Amino acid sequence: MPPRNMKPTAKPKDLKGTIKRLLSYLSGSKAQLIVVAVCIIVSALVSAVGTYMMKDIIDIYIKPLIGQENPDFTQLLYVVCFMLLIYLAGTVATYINNRVMMKLSTGTLNKIRKELFDHMQSLPIRFFDTHTHGELMSRYTNDTDTLREFLSQSLPQTFSSSLTLIVTLIMLIRLSPLLTLILICLLPLNMVVIRAIGSRSGRYFAQQQKAVGAVNGYIEEMIAGQKVIKVFNHEKKAQQEFDRRNEELQHAATQANTLASILMPIMANLGNIQYVIIAVIGGILVLNHQVSSVGTLVAFMQFARNFSMPITQLSQQFNTILQAMAGAERVFAVLDEEPEQDNGYVALVNARRDEHGNLTECAERTGLWAWKHPHSADGSVTYAEWKGDVVFENVVFGYVPEKIVLHDISLYARPGQKIAFVGSTGAGKTTITNLINRFYNLQSGKIRYDGINIEKIKLPDLRKSMGMVLQDTHLFTGTVRDNIRYGKLDATDEEIEKAAKIANADFFIQHLPDGYDTMLTNDGANLSQGQRQLIAIARAAVADPPVLILDEATSSIDTRTEALIERGMDELMKGRTVFVIAHRLSTVRNSQAIMVLENGRIIERGNHEDLIAQKGRYYQLYTGKFELS
Amino acid sequence: MPFSYEGVVYLRRLFRFAGKYKIYLILAPLMVIGEVAMETYIPQLIARLVNLINEAEQTPLEMREILLLGGQMILMSILSLAFGAGAARMASIGAMGFSKNLRHGLFEKAQSFSFKNIDKFSTASLVTRLTTDVNQVQNMLMMLIRMAVRSPIMFVMAFFWAWRMNPSLITILLVAVPLLFTGLGVIIKLAFPRFKVMMEKYDALNGSVQENLIAIRVVKAFVRESFEKSKFARSADDLMNAQRRAEKVVILNGPLMQILMNGCIVAVIWFGGRQIARGDMNLGDLTSFITYITQILMSLMILSFIFVSYVLSKASVARINEVLDEQPDIVSPEQSVQSVPDGSIVFDHVSFSYTGSKEREVLKDISFSIRSGETIGLIGATGSAKSTLVSLIPRLYDVTEGKVLVGGNDVRQYDTAVLRDAVSVVLQKNVLFSGSIAENLRWGNENATQEEIEAACKVAQADEFVKAFPDGYQMDLGQGGVNVSGGQKQRLCIARALLKKPKVMILDDATSAVDTATDARIREALRDQMPETTKIIIAQRITSVQDADRIIVLDEGKISDIGTHEELLERSEIYREVYHSQQKGADD
Repeated sequence: MPPRNMKPTAKPKDLKGTIKRLLSYLSGSKAQLIVVAVCIIVSALVSAVGTYMMKDIIDIYIKPLIGQENPDFTQLLYVVCFMLLIYLAGTVATYINNRVMMKLSTGTLNKIRKELFDHMQSLPIRFFDTHTHGELMSRYTNDTDTLREFLSQSLPQTFSSSLTLIVTLIMLIRLSPLLTLILICLLPLNMVVIRAIGSRSGRYFAQQQKAVGAVNGYIEEMIAGQKVIKVFNHEKKAQQEFDRRNEELQHAATQANTLASILMPIMANLGNIQYVIIAVIGGILVLNHQVSSVGTLVAFMQFARNFSMPITQLSQQFNTILQAMAGAERVFAVLDEEPEQDNGYVALVNARRDEHGNLTECAERTGLWAWKHPHSADGSVTYAEWKGDVVFENVVFGYVPEKIVLHDISLYARPGQKIAFVGSTGAGKTTITNLINRFYNLQSGKIRYDGINIEKIKLPDLRKSMGMVLQDTHLFTGTVRDNIRYGKLDATDEEIEKAAKIANADFFIQHLPDGYDTMLTNDGANLSQGQRQLIAIARAAVADPPVLILDEATSSIDTRTEALIERGMDELMKGRTVFVIAHRLSTVRNSQAIMVLENGRIIERGNHEDLIAQKGRYYQLYTGKFELS
Repeated sequence: MPFSYEGVVYLRRLFRFAGKYKIYLILAPLMVIGEVAMETYIPQLIARLVNLINEAEQTPLEMREILLLGGQMILMSILSLAFGAGAARMASIGAMGFSKNLRHGLFEKAQSFSFKNIDKFSTASLVTRLTTDVNQVQNMLMMLIRMAVRSPIMFVMAFFWAWRMNPSLITILLVAVPLLFTGLGVIIKLAFPRFKVMMEKYDALNGSVQENLIAIRVVKAFVRESFEKSKFARSADDLMNAQRRAEKVVILNGPLMQILMNGCIVAVIWFGGRQIARGDMNLGDLTSFITYITQILMSLMILSFIFVSYVLSKASVARINEVLDEQPDIVSPEQSVQSVPDGSIVFDHVSFSYTGSKEREVLKDISFSIRSGETIGLIGATGSAKSTLVSLIPRLYDVTEGKVLVGGNDVRQYDTAVLRDAVSVVLQKNVLFSGSIAENLRWGNENATQEEIEAACKVAQADEFVKAFPDGYQMDLGQGGVNVSGGQKQRLCIARALLKKPKVMILDDATSAVDTATDARIREALRDQMPETTKIIIAQRITSVQDADRIIVLDEGKISDIGTHEELLERSEIYREVYHSQQKGADD
């Protein structure tokens, strides 16, 4: 198998480009974005105006009333009502903003998820070989989560924080340029603290992340292997290693969390200290009449408090944005993967013969298929009968170019033949079948299917024509019936049960709690390996394909049952081509041609009798016991 | 709402995992109290400062007083900072220490589980409990320590100062607080079930992606890409809709808080303004009073969040407790036999069922005996309980009826470690672990020398291919042994089991991926090198068992026949059928 590589990058490589690309998902929602922007502006203005009004209320509407005999509160009432209205407007703006943004972010995420999944379906098998499931899963979980956070929170908050910062600054200058200058002089301290804590906590969080991975990975591996641990009395050893990792995690987590939770009290109290300094200096300035009034000072102090908040927010956002963009980059990397090439133009269609014996295309299944060649020169279409003849011509292949797995393979399968591949693990048997249906492309050589180079056949048609039962059986969540129907989506219940009977699965399915409607979960974990294989065979049988590939399809089925299945399948595949891979020689014995593979080369070919007579490798394998005893 | 006494008991039971970190878990809240005390005191000083400045327009200003006040405030801030930072540190140490202990406890528990216990939980759910659930509890604890103490204290202190400042204005809260609670209550009540649905949809989506990844070859082979796409699109839309339904409620939270706070501010200005005009209140108290009101409302809101996260994590706590409560059903007896004299095995009227119920017995009244050093083949159709039978020998499960004797003693009399050291099983579903080949092999014997390892590998026919790897025995296997083929993996598993130098060696379909010739060589080596060891071989292939001393034919949980290959060929229908299904054509 090709090597796996996974290198999760923590920092985005191209921040600007990634942000741009991400924002392009929002380009279709310009109207909503404008609404959001307006709402954010309104919110920021409201909070600024509200705070600013405090000054006027104190200086103009309350202070003059102090000590009056019969103070007139109507003015105050008006202004208070006005303030309430403004605040109400702010609240409405916040709500609309949240609402629109929520819709926008969930919708965008949905779009990205679907795009990701759709694209993933189009990628070649090679891609899945080189990426672990965990790695790809985290594109859907961690990475999209951070994206969501970015869209629904970081993005609007960054905008609103920057806006608040600007508005507040303007207000501060309007109230007192002198105090503003003093305030700005105090700011660098905040910056230094944020930066010092931020960079350190980033480091520890990365460490924690790694430690979490190490602990969780260990848990997964050990719990999965728990039975082996028991058998080997390995409990203490496992515990020791676990404790070591656990303590590492504790250390990193303690540091990371300390720093993360220490930021808030530090920033808050730094704010307090600055507040005090402004208050004291402001007080003195009021007395010296360099600041106009107490109301101004009170308002200024309020704004000063509002000033440090967006700075803290922005600095916190910065980390989130970096993380989100790193996630976005990983998602985009998958989207940028080259999809499977399909330049095929020959299609496989159901056919029937008309009265003249000519092939014509038809919609329903007839058991007769035809290759449909469109001719680009004159736009005409010709049909050629499907025969099921497969030829390998000097095929060379390697999962990585440097390491050739199949050397110069030439073989042919005549229609109606059963071709078997035999050889030790790693000899290249599975690889050959993976080439027939173009899971991988050849390095050199050609594979012809009824004389047509398979690269010229439309990929879906090529694969549809080949039923495959793979070495590792995989079932989907759903009923047994659904799983068999996977082979032919419009199969009737009768067809499904018939296929199950051919696969000899009908009997055990009937005995399941809900028969064919028994739910399978967790890759069919409630079934034995043998039963899963039976269902997989039924799945291929219901597809009723012209060509069948059985890759160790019966390895966990006892030989008696296997013989029964074989009978059914032979009936079904009469006149069609079957490829069989098995190391159990009884499985392949009745094949028309047996290829013995070794190290990616065919070393012997022939039927069982020929090969036994040759007294070569096959003979050795077959009679291994005699030779060695 | 599921806030019950029972829930508190749950939490208390987990608390014993605090261990030596208990002190931190107590110190942290104390520090929080200090921090909050300072934080709520500062607005008092600010009010005095503003009043001082305000009055200074009439009376000459005492510069000294302003500076004194400023100094006090700075001191308070520094103290508050120290307390706050201290609390953060203590809480982190405490919570992380706690969850370390909790993870340790859970892992330890899982190690003590018998096969039956493991079957009960399933691997995936055990993993979730040890990872996600512990994480949930840890997060809740962090929050509990810092917020659950902070909010009530904040509430009390802010209330106290506000009361002292102006008891009549406090009445505003009488309106605001019920409104807040009603609003939050409605939001929580509405949001809670919606979030649960959302989490389920999330799991469903992840499940479908995972399934698709695992089965991608099936998908491609059947050209089901567009089918899968529409399936996924459905889950994705489901998730989006559930998300929207849940968030629609949650986003009400911000506006609710805003309107209440701003309403309170306006009310304070209006009523406070009138009082100031009448001289019942100082001008400087106004802003400080607003600060207190804000603090009070904030603390109440945070309390409600704590409640929510407590409820959310309760499910996790319950799941963790389930693991902790599970009693390992196989334990060594106190007076245990400490050595296994030989490899003889006796099954004496053994019946077994996984559930313990008589109707679902998978083994029925099994009796046979094996002499030490014998080679026994075990054969039977898929589902005939071959694996179950052999798993009773190292006491991976306990019999339901009858008894199993190894070396003349009932397996239940042995120390399980001693028994399992003497009885080596190569499981059907076998696993290698990440690490080098040598490390994996040393599972069989920690102190095995390189020579011993190589010797075992030679018997298992693994030495040759291992040496062909660039790093030989030091080659890294990767998780689950992904870097070796199926047949190679099986041979390594056999070598690992051999290193135990067992008295009984059980191969449960352990060579199914190994070719016939190699399989034969392994059996030959076992026979020659370990004549004293009892060998039990389960296989699908007749060739794997036919040269055994005796072969047991199992059929639907019962012994159908026992005998040599020749005897069985003669008298066992089942055996003959199996033989012919594999052998036809061989005699040509």
